[in-house]
Amino acid sequence: MNKLKHFKWKRYLNYTVIAVILIVFSVMTLTGGLPKSTTFNLEKIAISIILAVSLSLVVGFLGELSLGHAGFMCVGAYLGGKVSALLVDSLGNGILTFFISLLIGGICAGICGFIIGLPALRLKGDYLAITTLAFGEIVRTIFQNTSDETFGGAIGLATPRFNQKYFFIICFVLVLVTLAVIQNLIYSKHGRAITAIRDNEIAAKATGVNVTRYKLIGFIVAAVFAGFAGVLFSYTQSNVSSATFDYNYSIEILVMVVLGGMGSINGSIVAATAVTFLNNKLATVLTGNLAVLKDLIYALILIMIVIYNNSPKLAAFRERYNFKNLFAKITKNRFSKHEADDTGRWDVVPTKIKMDALLSTDFVVNDIKPDQPKGDDSHE
Amino acid sequence: MSEFVLETQNLGISFGGLRAASGVNLQIKKGEIYGLIGPNGAGKTTIFNLLTGVYQPTEGTFFLNGKELRRMSQERINHEGIARTFQNIRLFNNMTVLRNVMVGLHNREEFRCSMAESLLRLPRHFRVEKEMKARALEILKIFDLHEESGTLACNLPYGKQRKLEIARALATDPKLLLLDEPAAGMNPHETEDLRRTVELLREQFDVTILLIEHDLKFVSGICDRITVLNFGTVIAQGTTKEALSDPEVIKAYIGK
Repeated sequence: MNKLKHFKWKRYLNYTVIAVILIVFSVMTLTGGLPKSTTFNLEKIAISIILAVSLSLVVGFLGELSLGHAGFMCVGAYLGGKVSALLVDSLGNGILTFFISLLIGGICAGICGFIIGLPALRLKGDYLAITTLAFGEIVRTIFQNTSDETFGGAIGLATPRFNQKYFFIICFVLVLVTLAVIQNLIYSKHGRAITAIRDNEIAAKATGVNVTRYKLIGFIVAAVFAGFAGVLFSYTQSNVSSATFDYNYSIEILVMVVLGGMGSINGSIVAATAVTFLNNKLATVLTGNLAVLKDLIYALILIMIVIYNNSPKLAAFRERYNFKNLFAKITKNRFSKHEADDTGRWDVVPTKIKMDALLSTDFVVNDIKPDQPKGDDSHE
Repeated sequence: MSEFVLETQNLGISFGGLRAASGVNLQIKKGEIYGLIGPNGAGKTTIFNLLTGVYQPTEGTFFLNGKELRRMSQERINHEGIARTFQNIRLFNNMTVLRNVMVGLHNREEFRCSMAESLLRLPRHFRVEKEMKARALEILKIFDLHEESGTLACNLPYGKQRKLEIARALATDPKLLLLDEPAAGMNPHETEDLRRTVELLREQFDVTILLIEHDLKFVSGICDRITVLNFGTVIAQGTTKEALSDPEVIKAYIGK
């Protein structure tokens, strides 16, 4: 019982919710009650959640603005898709082919994450955003200019399609894996070091946090999961086209993270689901000439959310009816009393990109290179 | 093993043509509270930045317990045993007080836990987290901050933020603690409180303290010995009373 008291239920809430949704939909497919369009939407939502949660690690917890997340996904989609296309003859279109391509797509994206993580050690704020943006475009353009035999060039890469009916189950299992890895990382001493870097890099260094290591880890983990999302994407498509992974897609992932509240995993999940659902719905409802309205309505909804997100009335509403209160009511405060309650809002950051180090007055971190010691000739 | 905790030899740095510090020789004994004072722009914080690896010295070198630390990274120097606070407070603002201190405990040998162990949630992860929390609370208790362990660092009043910064630095288990203007912007009551805290530190922890301060009353009340800097060079050195009555020092402070 004592063990149960210290068990932080709140942290496992999102796994439970997703698992329940997964089971409900699985049962519905098995009994044949699910149309193909719904499973397709579920696949898309799962991919968005993986992308948003992994980007949330970089933007919300590491505090670096990355605009190249679609680039990592692109690497995963192309390389994973290629591997599965090569293996499908010998191993068949089964789970084994999928796992091998998933692994290779993830690893390749991880290597790209390492490469983009290196400049991230020196660049801050806007400059890093520009670099990552460029990375995404470079990757996309490289794949676009490959020959037809290798990656399909401008036509796109033909990839095998997994059994459509059950693929969303795999997608959601991978969502659970993503959540497990990223949440376990964040709610550990290593995650604490990563958040410390976000809050104050100079102080983190002075406190002995290995900034280089943790920044690279943040970028690599995020890239690996973006790569996984890419492989999943290549399986939902019969043809992977490089045009999908343009910077608009990167921004869309960032929108999910920002809307969900930076530094909030559950927020990212909800926002990813909402944005993807909205996009899909608008795409199906608005047909013909009305299709041009899609982006307009999408933009209007986003603007409204941004404006009203901070309105006092909504804040008061949220204060009264939030998960924490609801949960406290259900459990009648049985679990919420700890002697030192540090489950508070440690992971929530204000929605802005910090420029702290750039504007610091007490010392300049890099750039100034001291002169070499002067030789005897300086005496004259 | 040298008899001094910190020994600098001709430590100095130039930025282009500007010699921000040169020929600084400090010898700090174990358990001492050592003051570093001087007018604005004298190079006090520069010395701190040299000692913590933010800048690399262009001349001279420095030793901690006889080990040369020149050209080491900031993280490495912290592992070796020099911790610092900042002139303008640099806390992890969006983290709770408790977590701020726990970041300080991050590199301690007894709280080792690899990333794989954390990801797989092996027993060691839970044990280390529990022990870190307990240790952090202990440290907070010494600073009388344990009541606020759950508040965000940015919501603390100024004096407590200063204390938390010292607590975080101490959590890294330093041999030498550098305090950069700990009493800046404090009212007399808070200054007195800080003085008591610093003296408590010396008793409770095995730590030597080097501090920069403008409040001469505070300095003369707490420091065993001081060094006075002006324009990057040492103009007086010795026990607090001696150094403060040195004519050069008086000249530097109030002019001739």
